[in-house]
Amino acid sequence: MSHFPAKSDSAIRQAARQAEARPLDNRSKHLRRLVVEGLLGGGRGHIGSSMSPIEILRVLYDDVMRFDPADPHWPDRDRFILSKGHGCLAQYALLADKGFFPRQTLAGFCKRDSILGGHPEAGKIPGVEASTGALGHGLSIGIGMALAARLQRRPSRVFVVMGDGEINEGSVWEAALSAGKHRLSNLVAIVDYNKIQSYSFTDEVQPLDPLPDKWASFGFSAVEVDGHDVEALSALFKSLPLDSGKPTAIIAHTVKGRGVPVAEHQPSWHHKNKFTEDEVRAIAAALEDA
Amino acid sequence: MRNTSLNKVFELAQRDPRVVFIGSDLGVGTLKAMKAAMPDRFLMEGVAEQNIIGMAAGMALDGCVVYVNTIATFITRRCYEQVAVDLCVHNLPVRLIGNGGGVVYAPLGPTHLAIEDFAIMRVLPNMAVVAVSDAEEMKRLMDASLDWPGPLYIRLAKGGDPVISQTTDDFRIGKAILRRPPGRVLLVSTGATTERCLKAAEILADTGVAAGVLHMHTIKPLDCEALRALVSGRDLLVTVEEHLLAGGLGSAVLECLVDCGVPLPKVVRLGIPDSFTKEYGSQDTMFETFGLKAEQIAAKVRRALG
Repeated sequence: MSHFPAKSDSAIRQAARQAEARPLDNRSKHLRRLVVEGLLGGGRGHIGSSMSPIEILRVLYDDVMRFDPADPHWPDRDRFILSKGHGCLAQYALLADKGFFPRQTLAGFCKRDSILGGHPEAGKIPGVEASTGALGHGLSIGIGMALAARLQRRPSRVFVVMGDGEINEGSVWEAALSAGKHRLSNLVAIVDYNKIQSYSFTDEVQPLDPLPDKWASFGFSAVEVDGHDVEALSALFKSLPLDSGKPTAIIAHTVKGRGVPVAEHQPSWHHKNKFTEDEVRAIAAALEDA
Repeated sequence: MRNTSLNKVFELAQRDPRVVFIGSDLGVGTLKAMKAAMPDRFLMEGVAEQNIIGMAAGMALDGCVVYVNTIATFITRRCYEQVAVDLCVHNLPVRLIGNGGGVVYAPLGPTHLAIEDFAIMRVLPNMAVVAVSDAEEMKRLMDASLDWPGPLYIRLAKGGDPVISQTTDDFRIGKAILRRPPGRVLLVSTGATTERCLKAAEILADTGVAAGVLHMHTIKPLDCEALRALVSGRDLLVTVEEHLLAGGLGSAVLECLVDCGVPLPKVVRLGIPDSFTKEYGSQDTMFETFGLKAEQIAAKVRRALG
Protein backbone atom coordinates (compact mmCIF):
# COMPACT_ATOMS: atom_id res chain seq x y z
CA MET A 1 0.00 0.00 0.00
CA SER A 2 1.65 3.21 -1.06
CA HIS A 3 -0.88 5.78 -0.08
CA PHE A 4 -0.10 7.97 2.85
CA PRO A 5 -2.02 9.86 5.49
CA ALA A 6 -2.70 13.53 4.98
CA LYS A 7 0.43 14.97 6.56
CA SER A 8 3.05 13.25 4.37
CA ASP A 9 2.60 15.61 1.45
CA SER A 10 6.22 15.76 0.44
CA ALA A 11 6.74 12.00 0.70
CA ILE A 12 3.92 11.09 -1.65
CA ARG A 13 4.81 13.81 -4.10
CA GLN A 14 8.35 12.60 -4.12
CA ALA A 15 7.23 9.00 -4.63
CA ALA A 16 4.88 10.03 -7.43
CA ARG A 17 7.64 11.94 -9.18
CA GLN A 18 9.97 8.95 -8.99
CA ALA A 19 7.23 6.73 -10.36
CA GLU A 20 7.07 8.74 -13.56
CA ALA A 21 10.06 6.83 -14.80
CA ARG A 22 8.03 3.62 -14.54
CA PRO A 23 6.71 2.54 -17.95
CA LEU A 24 2.99 2.15 -18.47
CA ASP A 25 1.70 -1.40 -18.77
CA ASN A 26 -0.12 -2.56 -21.88
CA ARG A 27 -3.61 -1.98 -20.45
CA SER A 28 -2.80 1.62 -19.61
CA LYS A 29 -1.38 2.06 -23.11
CA HIS A 30 -4.45 0.45 -24.67
CA LEU A 31 -6.79 2.83 -22.86
CA ARG A 32 -4.69 5.78 -23.96
CA ARG A 33 -4.85 4.57 -27.54
CA LEU A 34 -8.64 4.68 -27.21
CA VAL A 35 -8.35 8.30 -26.04
CA VAL A 36 -6.23 9.03 -29.10
CA GLU A 37 -8.82 7.43 -31.39
CA GLY A 38 -11.27 10.03 -30.11
CA LEU A 39 -8.76 12.88 -30.29
CA LEU A 40 -7.75 12.18 -33.86
CA GLY A 41 -11.31 11.38 -34.88
CA GLY A 42 -12.56 14.69 -33.60
CA GLY A 43 -9.41 16.58 -34.51
CA ARG A 44 -9.42 18.17 -31.09
CA GLY A 45 -9.68 17.46 -27.40
CA HIS A 46 -8.39 18.01 -23.90
CA ILE A 47 -5.50 15.61 -24.27
CA GLY A 48 -3.54 16.53 -21.16
CA SER A 49 -6.67 16.46 -19.00
CA SER A 50 -7.76 13.09 -20.41
CA MET A 51 -4.43 11.32 -19.95
CA SER A 52 -3.86 12.25 -16.30
CA PRO A 53 -6.89 10.41 -14.79
CA ILE A 54 -6.64 7.21 -16.89
CA GLU A 55 -5.34 4.97 -14.10
CA ILE A 56 -7.93 6.33 -11.65
CA LEU A 57 -10.74 5.43 -14.04
CA ARG A 58 -9.11 2.16 -15.07
CA VAL A 59 -8.97 0.90 -11.51
CA LEU A 60 -12.49 2.11 -10.69
CA TYR A 61 -14.00 0.44 -13.76
CA ASP A 62 -11.82 -2.68 -13.69
CA ASP A 63 -11.69 -3.48 -9.98
CA VAL A 64 -13.95 -1.33 -7.86
CA MET A 65 -17.30 -0.14 -9.19
CA ARG A 66 -20.38 -2.32 -9.57
CA PHE A 67 -22.18 -1.72 -12.88
CA ASP A 68 -23.70 -3.59 -15.78
CA PRO A 69 -23.10 -2.25 -19.32
CA ALA A 70 -26.15 -4.22 -20.48
CA ASP A 71 -28.31 -2.47 -17.88
CA PRO A 72 -26.85 1.00 -17.37
CA HIS A 73 -29.77 2.04 -15.13
CA TRP A 74 -29.52 -0.90 -12.71
CA PRO A 75 -30.59 0.87 -9.48
CA ASP A 76 -27.93 -0.66 -7.23
CA ARG A 77 -25.02 0.33 -9.48
CA ASP A 78 -22.26 2.59 -8.23
CA ARG A 79 -22.38 6.09 -9.71
CA PHE A 80 -19.42 7.70 -11.44
CA ILE A 81 -19.39 11.43 -12.19
CA LEU A 82 -16.59 13.00 -14.18
CA SER A 83 -17.01 16.47 -12.75
CA LYS A 84 -14.05 17.68 -14.83
CA GLY A 85 -16.13 16.97 -17.92
CA HIS A 86 -13.46 18.27 -20.30
CA GLY A 87 -11.46 15.12 -19.55
CA CYS A 88 -14.30 13.09 -21.07
CA LEU A 89 -12.12 11.14 -23.50
CA ALA A 90 -10.77 9.22 -20.50
CA GLN A 91 -14.30 8.18 -19.53
CA TYR A 92 -15.27 7.47 -23.15
CA ALA A 93 -12.25 5.16 -23.41
CA LEU A 94 -13.38 3.15 -20.37
CA LEU A 95 -17.03 3.09 -21.43
CA ALA A 96 -16.08 1.82 -24.90
CA ASP A 97 -13.70 -0.70 -23.38
CA LYS A 98 -16.43 -2.01 -21.07
CA GLY A 99 -18.97 -2.27 -23.87
CA PHE A 100 -21.34 0.58 -23.02
CA PHE A 101 -21.05 1.54 -26.70
CA PRO A 102 -19.01 0.24 -29.67
CA ARG A 103 -15.36 1.22 -29.93
CA GLN A 104 -15.83 2.77 -33.37
CA THR A 105 -18.09 5.39 -31.76
CA LEU A 106 -14.91 7.04 -30.44
CA ALA A 107 -13.86 8.12 -33.93
CA GLY A 108 -17.00 10.27 -34.15
CA PHE A 109 -15.95 12.39 -31.18
CA CYS A 110 -17.49 15.90 -31.44
CA LYS A 111 -18.97 15.21 -34.86
CA ARG A 112 -22.43 16.46 -35.70
CA ASP A 113 -24.47 13.32 -35.03
CA SER A 114 -22.20 11.69 -32.48
CA ILE A 115 -23.32 10.80 -28.95
CA LEU A 116 -19.82 11.77 -27.80
CA GLY A 117 -19.43 15.51 -27.38
CA GLY A 118 -16.61 17.55 -25.95
CA HIS A 119 -18.25 17.18 -22.55
CA PRO A 120 -20.21 14.11 -21.41
CA GLU A 121 -23.99 14.20 -21.56
CA ALA A 122 -26.33 12.05 -19.51
CA GLY A 123 -29.20 10.60 -21.50
CA LYS A 124 -27.07 10.49 -24.65
CA ILE A 125 -24.22 8.26 -23.56
CA PRO A 126 -24.94 4.98 -21.77
CA GLY A 127 -23.02 4.96 -18.50
CA VAL A 128 -22.83 8.73 -18.06
CA GLU A 129 -24.77 9.70 -14.94
CA ALA A 130 -24.70 13.49 -15.17
CA SER A 131 -23.95 16.10 -17.81
CA THR A 132 -20.84 17.95 -16.77
CA GLY A 133 -18.56 20.53 -18.30
CA ALA A 134 -19.44 23.59 -16.27
CA LEU A 135 -16.96 23.11 -13.46
CA GLY A 136 -17.85 22.75 -9.81
CA HIS A 137 -21.17 20.96 -10.27
CA GLY A 138 -20.34 17.27 -9.95
CA LEU A 139 -19.70 17.00 -6.24
CA SER A 140 -23.08 18.51 -5.33
CA ILE A 141 -24.83 16.17 -7.75
CA GLY A 142 -22.87 13.30 -6.21
CA ILE A 143 -24.01 14.35 -2.75
CA GLY A 144 -27.61 14.24 -3.95
CA MET A 145 -27.06 10.75 -5.36
CA ALA A 146 -25.37 9.57 -2.16
CA LEU A 147 -28.26 10.93 -0.09
CA ALA A 148 -30.77 9.26 -2.43
CA ALA A 149 -28.94 5.94 -2.05
CA ARG A 150 -29.14 6.29 1.72
CA LEU A 151 -32.81 7.25 1.58
CA GLN A 152 -33.69 4.37 -0.75
CA ARG A 153 -31.51 1.93 1.20
CA ARG A 154 -29.39 1.09 -1.82
CA PRO A 155 -25.75 -0.02 -1.50
CA SER A 156 -24.65 2.36 -4.28
CA ARG A 157 -21.49 4.35 -3.82
CA VAL A 158 -20.73 7.58 -5.64
CA PHE A 159 -17.32 8.43 -7.12
CA VAL A 160 -16.70 12.00 -8.28
CA VAL A 161 -13.51 12.95 -10.15
CA MET A 162 -12.63 16.63 -10.08
CA GLY A 163 -9.82 18.60 -11.66
CA ASP A 164 -7.40 20.68 -9.65
CA GLY A 165 -8.33 23.86 -11.52
CA GLU A 166 -11.97 22.94 -11.00
CA ILE A 167 -11.69 23.12 -7.24
CA ASN A 168 -11.03 26.86 -7.52
CA GLU A 169 -14.84 27.04 -7.76
CA GLY A 170 -16.56 28.09 -4.53
CA SER A 171 -19.39 25.65 -5.17
CA VAL A 172 -16.96 22.77 -4.60
CA TRP A 173 -16.38 23.97 -1.06
CA GLU A 174 -20.08 24.48 -0.41
CA ALA A 175 -20.44 20.84 -1.42
CA ALA A 176 -17.52 19.76 0.72
CA LEU A 177 -19.12 21.34 3.79
CA SER A 178 -22.38 19.55 3.01
CA ALA A 179 -20.80 16.12 2.43
CA GLY A 180 -18.99 16.44 5.75
CA LYS A 181 -22.17 17.39 7.55
CA HIS A 182 -24.06 14.41 6.15
CA ARG A 183 -21.20 12.01 6.92
CA LEU A 184 -21.58 10.47 3.49
CA SER A 185 -19.34 7.45 3.75
CA ASN A 186 -20.74 6.28 0.40
CA LEU A 187 -19.22 9.33 -1.35
CA VAL A 188 -15.67 9.49 -2.70
CA ALA A 189 -14.26 12.78 -4.00
CA ILE A 190 -11.15 12.31 -6.12
CA VAL A 191 -8.95 15.22 -7.15
CA ASP A 192 -6.92 14.59 -10.30
CA TYR A 193 -4.03 16.71 -9.04
CA ASN A 194 -1.89 17.11 -12.14
CA LYS A 195 -0.72 20.59 -11.01
CA ILE A 196 -1.62 22.30 -14.29
CA GLN A 197 -4.78 24.21 -15.14
CA SER A 198 -5.66 25.91 -18.40
CA TYR A 199 -3.44 28.98 -18.20
CA SER A 200 -0.48 27.58 -16.33
CA PHE A 201 0.65 25.68 -13.25
CA THR A 202 -1.79 25.68 -10.33
CA ASP A 203 0.94 27.07 -8.11
CA GLU A 204 0.97 30.17 -10.29
CA VAL A 205 -2.74 30.60 -11.00
CA GLN A 206 -4.27 29.53 -7.69
CA PRO A 207 -2.14 27.54 -5.25
CA LEU A 208 -4.07 24.70 -3.58
CA ASP A 209 -1.75 23.14 -1.02
CA PRO A 210 -2.09 21.64 1.46
CA LEU A 211 -4.98 19.86 -0.21
CA PRO A 212 -5.42 16.89 2.16
CA ASP A 213 -5.62 19.26 5.11
CA LYS A 214 -8.25 21.33 3.38
CA TRP A 215 -10.49 18.33 2.68
CA ALA A 216 -9.89 16.88 6.14
CA SER A 217 -10.91 20.15 7.74
CA PHE A 218 -14.21 19.99 5.84
CA GLY A 219 -15.01 16.61 7.40
CA PHE A 220 -13.49 14.19 4.92
CA SER A 221 -11.15 11.34 5.52
CA ALA A 222 -8.41 12.56 3.19
CA VAL A 223 -5.48 10.64 1.71
CA GLU A 224 -2.95 11.08 -1.04
CA VAL A 225 -2.01 8.49 -3.60
CA ASP A 226 0.12 8.17 -6.70
CA GLY A 227 -2.63 8.52 -9.28
CA HIS A 228 -0.79 6.38 -11.83
CA ASP A 229 0.06 3.50 -9.47
CA VAL A 230 -2.52 0.86 -10.33
CA GLU A 231 -1.79 -1.37 -7.35
CA ALA A 232 -1.84 1.50 -4.88
CA LEU A 233 -5.09 2.87 -6.31
CA SER A 234 -6.70 -0.57 -6.24
CA ALA A 235 -5.67 -1.22 -2.65
CA LEU A 236 -6.90 2.21 -1.59
CA PHE A 237 -10.28 1.96 -3.34
CA LYS A 238 -10.83 -1.52 -1.91
CA SER A 239 -10.25 -0.22 1.62
CA LEU A 240 -13.07 2.37 1.35
CA PRO A 241 -14.63 3.87 3.30
CA LEU A 242 -11.56 4.88 5.25
CA ASP A 243 -13.84 6.06 8.03
CA SER A 244 -17.38 4.68 8.36
CA GLY A 245 -18.67 8.10 9.40
CA LYS A 246 -17.03 10.30 6.79
CA PRO A 247 -16.85 10.89 3.05
CA THR A 248 -13.47 10.17 1.51
CA ALA A 249 -11.26 12.62 -0.37
CA ILE A 250 -8.48 11.16 -2.48
CA ILE A 251 -5.79 13.52 -3.67
CA ALA A 252 -4.36 11.66 -6.63
CA HIS A 253 -0.98 12.99 -7.70
CA THR A 254 -0.93 12.72 -11.46
CA VAL A 255 0.98 13.96 -14.47
CA LYS A 256 -0.82 16.05 -17.03
CA GLY A 257 -0.53 14.30 -20.38
CA ARG A 258 0.85 11.13 -18.77
CA GLY A 259 1.96 8.51 -21.29
CA VAL A 260 2.65 10.95 -24.10
CA PRO A 261 6.07 12.45 -23.33
CA VAL A 262 5.64 15.39 -25.67
CA ALA A 263 2.54 16.41 -23.67
CA GLU A 264 3.64 15.60 -20.13
CA HIS A 265 3.75 18.58 -17.74
CA GLN A 266 2.98 20.93 -20.64
CA PRO A 267 0.29 23.56 -20.02
CA SER A 268 0.07 24.03 -23.81
CA TRP A 269 -1.24 20.45 -24.13
CA HIS A 270 -4.24 21.05 -21.84
CA HIS A 271 -6.34 21.27 -25.00
CA LYS A 272 -5.37 20.79 -28.65
CA ASN A 273 -7.38 21.46 -31.76
CA LYS A 274 -4.81 20.41 -34.30
CA PHE A 275 -2.01 17.91 -34.40
CA THR A 276 1.02 17.92 -36.69
CA GLU A 277 2.07 14.68 -38.37
CA ASP A 278 5.15 14.61 -36.13
CA GLU A 279 2.94 14.89 -33.05
CA VAL A 280 0.65 12.11 -34.23
CA ARG A 281 3.70 9.89 -34.87
CA ALA A 282 5.14 10.74 -31.44
CA ILE A 283 1.84 9.93 -29.71
CA ALA A 284 1.52 6.61 -31.55
CA ALA A 285 5.11 5.62 -30.79
CA ALA A 286 4.72 6.42 -27.11
CA LEU A 287 1.65 4.21 -26.83
CA GLU A 288 2.92 1.11 -28.62
CA ASP A 289 2.68 -2.05 -26.55
CA ALA A 290 5.87 -3.15 -24.84
CA MET B 1 -49.03 31.68 0.87
CA ARG B 2 -45.59 30.45 1.91
CA ASN B 3 -46.93 28.43 4.81
CA THR B 4 -49.63 27.01 2.58
CA SER B 5 -47.04 26.03 0.01
CA LEU B 6 -44.67 24.41 2.50
CA ASN B 7 -47.47 22.63 4.35
CA LYS B 8 -48.50 21.19 1.01
CA VAL B 9 -44.95 19.90 0.53
CA PHE B 10 -45.36 17.92 3.76
CA GLU B 11 -48.78 16.71 2.67
CA LEU B 12 -47.40 15.59 -0.70
CA ALA B 13 -44.48 13.89 1.05
CA GLN B 14 -46.91 11.95 3.24
CA ARG B 15 -48.63 10.51 0.22
CA ASP B 16 -45.65 10.12 -2.11
CA PRO B 17 -42.31 8.66 -0.95
CA ARG B 18 -40.44 10.42 -3.78
CA VAL B 19 -40.95 13.85 -2.23
CA VAL B 20 -38.00 15.52 -0.49
CA PHE B 21 -37.71 19.07 0.90
CA ILE B 22 -34.52 21.15 0.88
CA GLY B 23 -34.35 24.57 2.51
CA SER B 24 -31.36 26.90 2.64
CA ASP B 25 -31.32 28.61 6.02
CA LEU B 26 -34.98 29.33 6.62
CA GLY B 27 -36.81 30.70 9.64
CA VAL B 28 -36.97 28.95 13.00
CA GLY B 29 -39.53 26.16 13.02
CA THR B 30 -40.02 25.94 9.24
CA LEU B 31 -41.82 22.66 8.48
CA LYS B 32 -41.21 21.46 12.02
CA ALA B 33 -43.80 18.71 11.65
CA MET B 34 -42.16 17.34 8.50
CA LYS B 35 -38.75 17.42 10.13
CA ALA B 36 -40.11 15.43 13.08
CA ALA B 37 -42.08 12.95 10.97
CA MET B 38 -39.54 12.27 8.21
CA PRO B 39 -36.13 13.69 9.15
CA ASP B 40 -34.35 12.00 6.25
CA ARG B 41 -36.58 13.81 3.73
CA PHE B 42 -36.30 17.24 5.36
CA LEU B 43 -32.94 18.86 4.63
CA MET B 44 -31.84 22.30 5.84
CA GLU B 45 -28.58 22.94 4.02
CA GLY B 46 -27.34 26.39 4.94
CA VAL B 47 -26.60 29.46 2.86
CA ALA B 48 -25.27 27.51 -0.12
CA GLU B 49 -27.70 27.74 -3.00
CA GLN B 50 -25.33 26.39 -5.66
CA ASN B 51 -24.79 23.21 -3.67
CA ILE B 52 -28.47 22.88 -2.87
CA ILE B 53 -29.50 22.95 -6.53
CA GLY B 54 -26.83 20.41 -7.43
CA MET B 55 -27.91 18.16 -4.57
CA ALA B 56 -31.53 18.46 -5.66
CA ALA B 57 -30.48 17.45 -9.18
CA GLY B 58 -28.58 14.43 -7.89
CA MET B 59 -31.58 13.28 -5.85
CA ALA B 60 -33.94 13.86 -8.77
CA LEU B 61 -31.65 11.88 -11.09
CA ASP B 62 -32.24 8.99 -8.71
CA GLY B 63 -36.02 9.23 -8.59
CA CYS B 64 -36.81 11.91 -6.00
CA VAL B 65 -39.18 14.84 -6.54
CA VAL B 66 -37.42 17.69 -4.79
CA TYR B 67 -38.99 20.90 -3.45
CA VAL B 68 -36.40 23.60 -2.76
CA ASN B 69 -37.26 26.75 -0.86
CA THR B 70 -35.45 29.99 -0.22
CA ILE B 71 -35.73 33.69 -1.08
CA ALA B 72 -36.64 34.20 -4.75
CA THR B 73 -33.57 36.24 -5.68
CA PHE B 74 -31.21 33.65 -4.25
CA ILE B 75 -32.95 30.63 -5.77
CA THR B 76 -32.77 32.25 -9.23
CA ARG B 77 -29.80 34.61 -9.52
CA ARG B 78 -27.34 33.12 -7.04
CA CYS B 79 -27.34 29.63 -8.53
CA TYR B 80 -28.33 30.40 -12.09
CA GLU B 81 -25.79 28.09 -13.72
CA GLN B 82 -26.82 25.18 -11.49
CA VAL B 83 -30.47 25.85 -12.34
CA ALA B 84 -29.64 25.99 -16.07
CA VAL B 85 -27.29 23.01 -16.25
CA ASP B 86 -28.19 20.71 -13.38
CA LEU B 87 -31.97 21.15 -13.54
CA CYS B 88 -32.87 22.32 -17.04
CA VAL B 89 -30.32 20.46 -19.17
CA HIS B 90 -31.23 17.25 -17.31
CA ASN B 91 -34.93 18.24 -17.28
CA LEU B 92 -35.48 17.13 -13.69
CA PRO B 93 -38.53 17.28 -11.42
CA VAL B 94 -37.21 19.90 -9.01
CA ARG B 95 -39.53 22.66 -7.78
CA LEU B 96 -38.03 26.02 -6.82
CA ILE B 97 -40.25 27.87 -4.37
CA GLY B 98 -39.12 31.49 -4.27
CA ASN B 99 -40.12 33.57 -1.26
CA GLY B 100 -40.94 37.22 -1.80
CA GLY B 101 -41.41 37.42 -5.55
CA GLY B 102 -41.59 40.85 -7.14
CA VAL B 103 -41.41 43.75 -4.69
CA VAL B 104 -42.66 41.91 -1.59
CA TYR B 105 -39.38 42.65 0.18
CA ALA B 106 -39.64 46.37 -0.59
CA PRO B 107 -38.16 47.44 2.77
CA LEU B 108 -35.04 45.35 2.12
CA GLY B 109 -33.92 47.03 -1.08
CA PRO B 110 -32.73 45.78 -4.48
CA THR B 111 -30.61 42.87 -3.21
CA HIS B 112 -33.86 41.17 -2.16
CA LEU B 113 -36.29 42.15 -4.90
CA ALA B 114 -37.04 39.48 -7.50
CA ILE B 115 -38.11 41.75 -10.34
CA GLU B 116 -36.41 39.82 -13.15
CA ASP B 117 -37.19 36.27 -12.04
CA PHE B 118 -39.81 35.59 -14.74
CA ALA B 119 -37.37 36.74 -17.42
CA ILE B 120 -34.34 34.75 -16.35
CA MET B 121 -36.30 31.61 -15.53
CA ARG B 122 -38.51 31.52 -18.61
CA VAL B 123 -35.62 31.76 -21.07
CA LEU B 124 -34.27 28.45 -19.82
CA PRO B 125 -35.47 25.52 -21.92
CA ASN B 126 -37.58 23.00 -19.95
CA MET B 127 -38.26 25.41 -17.06
CA ALA B 128 -41.88 26.18 -16.22
CA VAL B 129 -42.75 29.42 -14.39
CA VAL B 130 -45.84 29.96 -12.24
CA ALA B 131 -47.12 32.82 -10.06
CA VAL B 132 -50.49 32.11 -8.42
CA SER B 133 -52.68 34.84 -6.99
CA ASP B 134 -53.53 33.57 -3.52
CA ALA B 135 -53.07 30.79 -0.98
CA GLU B 136 -56.07 28.79 -2.15
CA GLU B 137 -54.74 28.72 -5.68
CA MET B 138 -51.35 27.76 -4.27
CA LYS B 139 -52.90 24.56 -2.92
CA ARG B 140 -54.12 23.66 -6.40
CA LEU B 141 -50.73 24.45 -7.91
CA MET B 142 -48.94 22.29 -5.37
CA ASP B 143 -51.20 19.35 -6.16
CA ALA B 144 -50.54 19.86 -9.85
CA SER B 145 -46.79 20.19 -9.26
CA LEU B 146 -46.26 16.66 -7.97
CA ASP B 147 -46.21 14.98 -11.36
CA TRP B 148 -45.06 17.91 -13.49
CA PRO B 149 -42.31 16.28 -15.55
CA GLY B 150 -39.60 18.97 -15.50
CA PRO B 151 -38.24 21.81 -13.38
CA LEU B 152 -40.73 24.37 -12.08
CA TYR B 153 -40.22 27.84 -10.61
CA ILE B 154 -42.94 28.97 -8.22
CA ARG B 155 -42.99 32.65 -7.30
CA LEU B 156 -44.58 33.30 -3.91
CA ALA B 157 -46.58 36.47 -3.31
CA LYS B 158 -46.64 38.46 -0.08
CA GLY B 159 -48.89 36.24 1.98
CA GLY B 160 -52.35 37.12 3.26
CA ASP B 161 -53.27 38.09 -0.29
CA PRO B 162 -57.04 38.42 -0.82
CA VAL B 163 -58.50 35.16 -2.10
CA ILE B 164 -59.81 35.73 -5.61
CA SER B 165 -59.46 32.20 -6.93
CA GLN B 166 -62.46 29.93 -6.82
CA THR B 167 -62.99 26.35 -5.75
CA THR B 168 -64.56 25.69 -9.14
CA ASP B 169 -61.36 26.67 -10.99
CA ASP B 170 -59.98 23.98 -13.23
CA PHE B 171 -56.37 24.71 -12.30
CA ARG B 172 -53.81 23.26 -14.66
CA ILE B 173 -50.23 24.35 -15.13
CA GLY B 174 -50.10 26.11 -18.50
CA LYS B 175 -53.85 26.91 -18.70
CA ALA B 176 -54.85 30.51 -18.07
CA ILE B 177 -58.02 31.28 -16.10
CA LEU B 178 -60.49 33.87 -17.39
CA ARG B 179 -61.48 35.77 -14.27
CA ARG B 180 -63.70 38.30 -16.01
CA PRO B 181 -64.96 38.15 -19.60
CA PRO B 182 -63.46 40.77 -21.92
CA GLY B 183 -65.24 43.72 -23.54
CA ARG B 184 -63.30 46.41 -25.43
CA VAL B 185 -60.38 45.72 -23.14
CA LEU B 186 -58.50 42.61 -22.02
CA LEU B 187 -56.19 42.84 -19.02
CA VAL B 188 -53.65 40.02 -18.76
CA SER B 189 -52.12 39.60 -15.33
CA THR B 190 -50.26 37.15 -13.12
CA GLY B 191 -49.56 36.63 -9.42
CA ALA B 192 -50.52 39.58 -7.24
CA THR B 193 -51.47 41.84 -10.15
CA THR B 194 -54.58 39.81 -10.96
CA GLU B 195 -56.33 41.11 -7.86
CA ARG B 196 -55.42 44.69 -8.84
CA CYS B 197 -56.68 44.11 -12.36
CA LEU B 198 -60.02 42.77 -11.14
CA LYS B 199 -60.46 45.94 -9.08
CA ALA B 200 -59.40 48.06 -12.04
CA ALA B 201 -61.99 46.30 -14.21
CA GLU B 202 -64.69 47.16 -11.68
CA ILE B 203 -63.64 50.80 -11.64
CA LEU B 204 -63.70 50.81 -15.44
CA ALA B 205 -67.12 49.15 -15.50
CA ASP B 206 -68.45 51.99 -13.35
CA THR B 207 -67.44 54.40 -16.10
CA GLY B 208 -68.87 52.27 -18.87
CA VAL B 209 -65.70 50.54 -20.07
CA ALA B 210 -65.95 46.76 -20.24
CA ALA B 211 -62.61 45.14 -19.37
CA GLY B 212 -61.90 41.46 -18.91
CA VAL B 213 -59.15 39.85 -16.83
CA LEU B 214 -57.16 36.83 -17.96
CA HIS B 215 -55.20 35.39 -15.04
CA MET B 216 -52.02 34.02 -16.61
CA HIS B 217 -50.76 32.14 -13.55
CA THR B 218 -48.37 30.20 -15.77
CA ILE B 219 -45.90 32.44 -17.59
CA LYS B 220 -44.29 29.40 -19.17
CA PRO B 221 -45.59 27.37 -20.89
CA LEU B 222 -47.79 30.30 -21.88
CA ASP B 223 -51.42 29.59 -22.77
CA CYS B 224 -51.27 30.91 -26.33
CA GLU B 225 -54.56 29.29 -27.21
CA ALA B 226 -56.49 31.31 -24.63
CA LEU B 227 -54.69 34.50 -25.63
CA ARG B 228 -55.37 34.03 -29.32
CA ALA B 229 -59.03 33.36 -28.70
CA LEU B 230 -59.54 36.30 -26.35
CA VAL B 231 -57.47 39.00 -28.06
CA SER B 232 -59.37 39.14 -31.32
CA GLY B 233 -62.09 41.79 -31.30
CA ARG B 234 -60.54 43.86 -28.49
CA ASP B 235 -59.62 47.53 -28.82
CA LEU B 236 -56.96 47.32 -26.17
CA LEU B 237 -54.72 44.65 -24.66
CA VAL B 238 -52.98 45.51 -21.37
CA THR B 239 -50.43 43.33 -19.62
CA VAL B 240 -49.85 44.00 -15.93
CA GLU B 241 -46.96 42.52 -13.98
CA GLU B 242 -44.94 42.99 -10.80
CA HIS B 243 -41.76 42.59 -12.83
CA LEU B 244 -39.42 44.51 -15.09
CA LEU B 245 -40.98 45.33 -18.44
CA ALA B 246 -38.06 43.53 -20.08
CA GLY B 247 -38.61 39.85 -20.53
CA GLY B 248 -41.60 39.19 -18.29
CA LEU B 249 -45.29 38.52 -18.84
CA GLY B 250 -45.82 41.36 -21.33
CA SER B 251 -42.88 40.21 -23.41
CA ALA B 252 -44.07 36.61 -23.34
CA VAL B 253 -47.60 37.61 -24.37
CA LEU B 254 -46.33 39.70 -27.29
CA GLU B 255 -43.92 37.00 -28.44
CA CYS B 256 -46.78 34.53 -28.48
CA LEU B 257 -49.20 36.77 -30.35
CA VAL B 258 -46.64 37.91 -32.91
CA ASP B 259 -45.50 34.34 -33.51
CA CYS B 260 -49.11 33.21 -33.97
CA GLY B 261 -49.73 35.96 -36.50
CA VAL B 262 -52.73 37.30 -34.61
CA PRO B 263 -53.63 40.90 -35.55
CA LEU B 264 -52.70 42.97 -32.52
CA PRO B 265 -55.01 45.53 -30.99
CA LYS B 266 -53.42 48.53 -29.29
CA VAL B 267 -51.11 47.16 -26.58
CA VAL B 268 -50.00 48.72 -23.29
CA ARG B 269 -47.50 46.97 -21.04
CA LEU B 270 -47.51 47.92 -17.35
CA GLY B 271 -44.68 46.91 -15.05
CA ILE B 272 -41.39 48.14 -13.66
CA PRO B 273 -39.15 50.26 -15.93
CA ASP B 274 -35.53 49.34 -16.66
CA SER B 275 -34.14 50.32 -13.28
CA PHE B 276 -33.35 48.89 -9.89
CA THR B 277 -35.65 50.25 -7.22
CA LYS B 278 -34.66 53.51 -5.57
CA GLU B 279 -36.92 53.47 -2.51
CA TYR B 280 -38.14 51.26 0.33
CA GLY B 281 -41.63 51.23 1.87
CA SER B 282 -44.00 48.35 1.18
CA GLN B 283 -45.24 46.26 -1.74
CA ASP B 284 -48.27 48.59 -1.94
CA THR B 285 -46.22 51.78 -2.00
CA MET B 286 -43.99 50.33 -4.71
CA PHE B 287 -47.07 49.37 -6.72
CA GLU B 288 -48.06 53.03 -6.47
CA THR B 289 -44.60 54.16 -7.59
CA PHE B 290 -44.80 51.95 -10.67
CA GLY B 291 -48.44 52.73 -11.44
CA LEU B 292 -49.73 49.26 -10.66
CA LYS B 293 -52.51 50.09 -8.19
CA ALA B 294 -56.05 49.40 -9.39
CA GLU B 295 -56.96 53.09 -9.82
CA GLN B 296 -53.75 53.73 -11.75
CA ILE B 297 -54.33 50.75 -14.03
CA ALA B 298 -57.89 51.96 -14.72
CA ALA B 299 -56.64 55.48 -15.47
CA LYS B 300 -54.04 54.17 -17.89
CA VAL B 301 -56.64 52.07 -19.67
CA ARG B 302 -58.91 55.11 -20.08
CA ARG B 303 -56.01 57.18 -21.37
CA ALA B 304 -55.05 54.50 -23.88
CA LEU B 305 -58.61 54.24 -25.15
CA GLY B 306 -58.51 57.99 -25.75
